[in-house]
Amino acid sequence: MRTGRILVITFLLVAPLACAEEGEAAAPTSLTILSHESFAGGVVDDTFATFTDETGIEVEVISAPDAGSMVNQAILTRDNPLADVLFGIDDTFLSRALNEDILVPFESERLDDVDPDLIVDDRVTPIDYGDVCLNYDIAWFDGAGLEPPDSLDDLVAPEYSGLLVTQDAAGSSPGLAFLLATIDRYGTEWPGYWESLVANDLRIAADWDSAYYSDFTRYGGDRPIVVSYASSPPAEVVFSETPLETAPTGVMTDGCYRQVEFAGILANGEHQEAAGQLIDFMLSPEFQEGIPLSWFVFPANITVGLPEVFAENTVLPEDPVTVDPAEIAENREVWLDQWRQVVSR
Amino acid sequence: MTTRRGLWAVAAVPILFIGYLFVYPVIRILWLGLSGFDLPSVTGQTRLLGVAWFTLWQAAASTVLTLVLAAPLTWAVSRFEFPGRRLAQALVIVPFVLPTVVVGAAFAALGWRGSIGAILAAHVFYNIAVVVRTVGGMWARIDRKVEEAAAMLGASPARVFRTITLPLLRPSIIAAASIVFLFTFSSFGVVLILGGFEYSTLEVEIYRQAVTMFNLPVAAVLAVFQLVGVSVLLTLYSRRQERSASALVLAAESATRRRPTGATGAAVAASVVVTLGALAAPVAVLVGRALDHEGFSRLVVTDPVVGRPTDAIPNSLGFAIAATAMAVAVGMCAAYVISRRRSRLSRWFDVVLMLPLGTSAVTIGFGFLIALDAPVDLRASVALIPLAHALVAVPFVVRSTMPLLRSISPAVREAAAMLGASPGKVFRHIDLPIIGRAALVGAGFSFVVSLGEFGATSFIARPDTTTIPVMIFRLLGRPGLGNFGAALALASLLGAITAVAIVVIDRLRPVDMGTF
Repeated sequence: MRTGRILVITFLLVAPLACAEEGEAAAPTSLTILSHESFAGGVVDDTFATFTDETGIEVEVISAPDAGSMVNQAILTRDNPLADVLFGIDDTFLSRALNEDILVPFESERLDDVDPDLIVDDRVTPIDYGDVCLNYDIAWFDGAGLEPPDSLDDLVAPEYSGLLVTQDAAGSSPGLAFLLATIDRYGTEWPGYWESLVANDLRIAADWDSAYYSDFTRYGGDRPIVVSYASSPPAEVVFSETPLETAPTGVMTDGCYRQVEFAGILANGEHQEAAGQLIDFMLSPEFQEGIPLSWFVFPANITVGLPEVFAENTVLPEDPVTVDPAEIAENREVWLDQWRQVVSR
Repeated sequence: MTTRRGLWAVAAVPILFIGYLFVYPVIRILWLGLSGFDLPSVTGQTRLLGVAWFTLWQAAASTVLTLVLAAPLTWAVSRFEFPGRRLAQALVIVPFVLPTVVVGAAFAALGWRGSIGAILAAHVFYNIAVVVRTVGGMWARIDRKVEEAAAMLGASPARVFRTITLPLLRPSIIAAASIVFLFTFSSFGVVLILGGFEYSTLEVEIYRQAVTMFNLPVAAVLAVFQLVGVSVLLTLYSRRQERSASALVLAAESATRRRPTGATGAAVAASVVVTLGALAAPVAVLVGRALDHEGFSRLVVTDPVVGRPTDAIPNSLGFAIAATAMAVAVGMCAAYVISRRRSRLSRWFDVVLMLPLGTSAVTIGFGFLIALDAPVDLRASVALIPLAHALVAVPFVVRSTMPLLRSISPAVREAAAMLGASPGKVFRHIDLPIIGRAALVGAGFSFVVSLGEFGATSFIARPDTTTIPVMIFRLLGRPGLGNFGAALALASLLGAITAVAIVVIDRLRPVDMGTF
């Protein structure tokens, strides 16, 4: 009895609130970005302060645990979206977002400043990119009197036996990126390459965290080569325990895979115009300059310079691999099944 | 009789809670998944049969191992009084909150990695507290006089244990086993990180299908598989528990705990030292490495990007308090209703309340997303976090109070009612004093579940309220020994906060008046 009454009262209290939200699309007071945890982790109080000062619009960030979940959340909530802007879609999940038609076309006024190689579709705006590359522990290779590997081919050589740890391609984004890099390099021969890797005592960890922090020699593990990012060495410097002059880890520039992160305006969002303004802001020099040290990726805006620690400790691969998002979408399941069969042997 | 209507009023609380936060969202997401179902997408996935089998047997093995390995410590802390007993009872729960990625690193440093042995060891490490505290709570209340009478009549200690103690403990053993089984049945992080990618549970597979492949039909089929499997097992458990419950006379804990002497003393000491020592090994690695990298001093330094790590503590504590309050209220209402009415309906309700523990985090998280947008949009609300924690915590409150509620002799309640006490008064003066202690055990677990943030909440689109586990995750998201040290230090601190919280909650015990 009493519960029934409470329900009725709650409904009466809430219903006007729900109705009040409509019809005010003209002047939003806040915008929401749906992103993934790694982006949310780098957002601080003044990340969007200038945007709020200029427009009077507050920016709120909500996050999914990873990019895959984020895209899925956006698809599942398409009729009543959780946010105005979706940010952090990478090329491995891009096709899923495009095919499901959850984003509307938008052309940023700053698109001319963006590296044209990064632009793929009018519904998504590139904001940053990063390269998944093999990292090696410099001190370990010095101690062992061994040259670090130079190329993907090196990794199957006997002297590099038992040295590499990668991640589960079916559950980890760098793991998938490394698989895509090998598919691009070896074409239909890629399963053979992976058989050689397995024969050379490859280890596969569940995710980046456990590969880097449990298996990598720098953190007490027994593998001096790890699949990580081109920007990991500057991060090692910035977040070192004691100040470092140079990075303790190196990057193998062959077999790198470029991951681009895109932003898009969610269809059915109430404030699409303001959402466009927010994406413009995310391409502005002010926001773009902060990208390297907040998220350890590179700004998409080519007019923006890099911080010193980045410029000094990062090797940008000359010819990183990119695979057409449509091709990834089409073959993901087949590739992953094949991959699993090869590495499970 | 007003009891019937009164009972329904009490039942409304847990029914609304579980209905809105679990049954409805899960039905919605499964419906969505299954509506896209076509046979070809599921057939040919014969590998999944292997996954289902592995999920089942590793959970069974983990449960048996945990029960066996927890037995000595449970016996020691529930039957004996010795210096440090309370501390031992609190420390055993520390592993429960440690994030799997951190435990994975510690286990790897000890050489435990990439094997079924490592998975089972980690499951015991995480769940031993469930047995020690659930079974221990009951064992501490069993009157020694019963056992002594048997011994006096010539029964050997083994026989006394087999024929007297064990049957009395059975309901609580079943309760603990069911929770451990559910946790390990839906194990995710432990299997992924410690098993290496060769091992896969249904939980891991649901994640891969739903998130990596976005193959919702297959994910939904697996989720139904998981739900049905868990329901069948729970129904069996529930029936067992009901049948094995016997009304018994409970003694005050202070009367059952003795100071151990002689050989018994040595056995008690060995049980405590060996068990805690084994649990401490990975924790020591963690703390040691945090110290190596000066992690603790970094906890109070404000990082320009992730902020000050210790700032996450008040958020976590706030959520934990809110979640505990809700879980205790909902759980006690549920336990009361289920223990009072022995019908098929109440047994079924009991099973449904337990289900969130055995349901994949993806199912619950995605279910929230499509179901909780009306009448109030809870989907990205801060309130959803403690609500989701409470959802997982309720089973602990129910499991820890039910064995005791069932053990109250109906004659006592009837006598009180006959003397004119209202149902509310009967509950306050008879049930509450007896289950108060058990409710606190449940509250402790609720608090700890919330602090450690198990599965169910990870798929919520969360607003930017950094809890301790989220902060650890963020620190580990970037390379650098400094971040690594700070993350391990924060995990150690989380363990310490947990131990302190449990000591405090244990001290909150209501007056020990369960002697009749």
